[in-house]
Amino acid sequence: MSDRTDELLLARGIGKTFPGVKALDKVDLTLRAGEIHALMGENGAGKSTLIKILTGVYARDVGTIEFDGRQISPNSPSEAEAAGISTVYQEVNLIPTLSVAENILLGRQPKKFGIIQWRAMRRHAARALERLGLELEVSRELRSCSIAIQQMIAIARALDVQAKLLILDEPTSSLDEQECEALFAVMRRLRDDGLAIAFVTHFLDQVYAVTDRITVLRNGGLVGEFETAKLPKLELIAKMLGKESGELPSSVGGAGTPLPASEGHPKGGLGETRPTFESASAIGDSEAPTTISKKTPFLSAKSIGRKMGVEPLDLQINAGEVLGLAGLLGSGRTETARLLFGIDSRDSGHVSVEGKPVPLRSPREAISRGLAFCSEDRKTEGIAPNLSVRENLILAMQASRGALRQLPLPEQLRIADHYIRALNIKTADTETPIRNLSGGNQQKVLLARWLAMQPKLIILDEPTRGIDVGAKAEIEKLVESLRERGMAVLFISSELDEVVRVSQRVVVLRDRRKVGELEGDFDEHRIMNLIAQPHE
Amino acid sequence: MNRFARRINIPLLATAVVLVVLFGTASVLYDGFFSLRVIANLFADNAVLGIASVGMTFVILSGGIDLSIGSAIAFTTVLVATLITGHHWHPVPAMLVALAAGTLFGLGQGFLIQRFELPAFLVTLGGMFFARGMAFVVNAESVGINNPFYDAVLNVRLPIGGRAALPATALIFLAAFVVAVFVAHFTTYGRNTFALGGNPDSARLMGLPVGRTQIAVYAVNGFCSALAGIVATFYTGSGNPAMGSGLELDAIAAVVIGGTLLTGGVGSVEGTLLGVLIFGTIQSALVFDGRLNSWWLRIAIGLLLLLFILLQKAITSRATARSTT
Repeated sequence: MSDRTDELLLARGIGKTFPGVKALDKVDLTLRAGEIHALMGENGAGKSTLIKILTGVYARDVGTIEFDGRQISPNSPSEAEAAGISTVYQEVNLIPTLSVAENILLGRQPKKFGIIQWRAMRRHAARALERLGLELEVSRELRSCSIAIQQMIAIARALDVQAKLLILDEPTSSLDEQECEALFAVMRRLRDDGLAIAFVTHFLDQVYAVTDRITVLRNGGLVGEFETAKLPKLELIAKMLGKESGELPSSVGGAGTPLPASEGHPKGGLGETRPTFESASAIGDSEAPTTISKKTPFLSAKSIGRKMGVEPLDLQINAGEVLGLAGLLGSGRTETARLLFGIDSRDSGHVSVEGKPVPLRSPREAISRGLAFCSEDRKTEGIAPNLSVRENLILAMQASRGALRQLPLPEQLRIADHYIRALNIKTADTETPIRNLSGGNQQKVLLARWLAMQPKLIILDEPTRGIDVGAKAEIEKLVESLRERGMAVLFISSELDEVVRVSQRVVVLRDRRKVGELEGDFDEHRIMNLIAQPHE
Repeated sequence: MNRFARRINIPLLATAVVLVVLFGTASVLYDGFFSLRVIANLFADNAVLGIASVGMTFVILSGGIDLSIGSAIAFTTVLVATLITGHHWHPVPAMLVALAAGTLFGLGQGFLIQRFELPAFLVTLGGMFFARGMAFVVNAESVGINNPFYDAVLNVRLPIGGRAALPATALIFLAAFVVAVFVAHFTTYGRNTFALGGNPDSARLMGLPVGRTQIAVYAVNGFCSALAGIVATFYTGSGNPAMGSGLELDAIAAVVIGGTLLTGGVGSVEGTLLGVLIFGTIQSALVFDGRLNSWWLRIAIGLLLLLFILLQKAITSRATARSTT
């Protein structure tokens, strides 16, 4: 196809700053007609900002976009669409209560003397779907179609405006394997018709299945553009995580192997004291059972899974142990944590706590069994911004007592003071509204909220996201001291070095599936190897 | 025909069945109920509610609500009556002024709702008090209309067989209904209203003129209220600032019984017609019975409304269950 590849979109030096954050910095993107181009990056890489600039949702601060030989600066999605850039979002943006045909042609219905011609509309819609190889009764209500079909209908609508560039923003996240295959078949067909397709996804296998080129972003900057066929998966992962794959030793050293301190802070005695387990053999192959531990684990989960969440997997967490959960964005880490805490109900498997089988079907029950969950999104799920540090801190405790048995104020103050000192929370006093605290200190208050419950297992989902380096080190230290006091910790993070530093064992996930478990000696490189492993 | 079979809408069917059952029962129970005259009266007696409900259908389809229509109708009646009787205007310009005033009033409410993203419930609640107050400002008393034009209009009757005939009020109602069905099905404005109610965020991303449509819905409803008010002056031969209180709730009930979801996006003007006729049938049956208090109408409507929202809930939850599997 190289004879047909011509550059359709040239974005050069794109920059965008939001208050306090540099979302994109001098990013280039080149999209070619007749090519499927993957846009890859972890959380905060800038993928969605870049897409939104191309589709006119955001205005760029600097940079130029040349599309089809003209300079463009779309100010709205409809302007971008008029120029020939159509987008299909992860959440299908159609009207569920209208017919398939209307959804394809809404706003562009064929009319005669201002009267909508339904027959012509249905014919036109059927033709648009035919182009995707889809045969469908177009007078059906959209909501009676599966999500996969709705996605196809959204694509049909996007293409019907004579699009030259189709942007697919995580279209596969709610599709099963067969549906993905069908979508890929459509994408290849459109590519062969000469369309340019930008494909945003976090599924590595899909990138290799369907794309021709990859642009990798990290922390708002451009890592590079690569030909998919010439970029080994391991290297792609290294680039997404900001590591040089060559820089890492491929053979594992002892437990004290100095790890590249990517955040540049001293290890503060954490790494050195990391105890090695007697069974130093790391288990690399997938689906392998974990080492037989002599004592009963605090929590043991057998083949727990949920449709569209995670494939059934086994987990064991021991008291006095930090279990790391590693994997890329979308690999099913948070989903696993939510299953354990009973936020989402599982379709399969069973869980036992301290050797006793328990249903674990609601957060309330999980809390009563001694579990605690510090969620990833502290802004929306964690803090009550206008309440004081003290009020935020005792929230879970008060909730477990019920509204009528209020914790006496002196007791509240005592607890708040205790944790403010213990966790070194930087706040003027206990009554400061939590929104005035820095991200790292907010995180510590959240952590304290759960610690005040005296849990036996605490799940930390990305506890160091968006906080500064010093605070990260403190959180790591705290996790270590919790472990020493005999607490079980499930530690989820996309920073591999961090996972390696704090965990005794690591469970590695990829594409919503457990692909391995490492114990004893392991390092970032071995985790990345597991993530990169081909399917079966 | 197959595609029509597929498009049969269960709530609409349920409404039709209820209407037939009610009418059938009344026909068996009361002598002379089953007649063209009773049917003609259904349309004549419920023309005001019917026209108001047609406008309300679009508001609810768009995902909104309008509580001001009862007051807007009262304002219209008293404005028209005062202009004709007190100021000796010819009825036609008086009616045009009333229609313009109603449309402008709706436009204002729509603008507030759209531009400032205010809740329709509160804006139109304000509009309800405002219009009612304005009606009393125009004239605090009921004003009778004695005008040759009115007599001429009231003499227009369309015979429909037997000795039954449809009066002008019923004809205006039917005309409004036909126009509304056409608008709902065959104009971009109509389809955009459905899209807006179905999912406003998607509608915006699909590049539809969401803001314009939303404002237009309230403007059109203001027009319909004024038209209903004019019909009310024909029906009662007067204008009254206290008229039509609570009528907005009757209209909402008729729309919902007619199969339109209060959350918007799903429903039909045809269903609303059936809903209005159900209202009328119960009322006529009570008149025929003669023993039952008219409050039984309220009881029956209340129960029907509850029944229908339960039915709609069952249907929507089944639809969502189907699309997620």
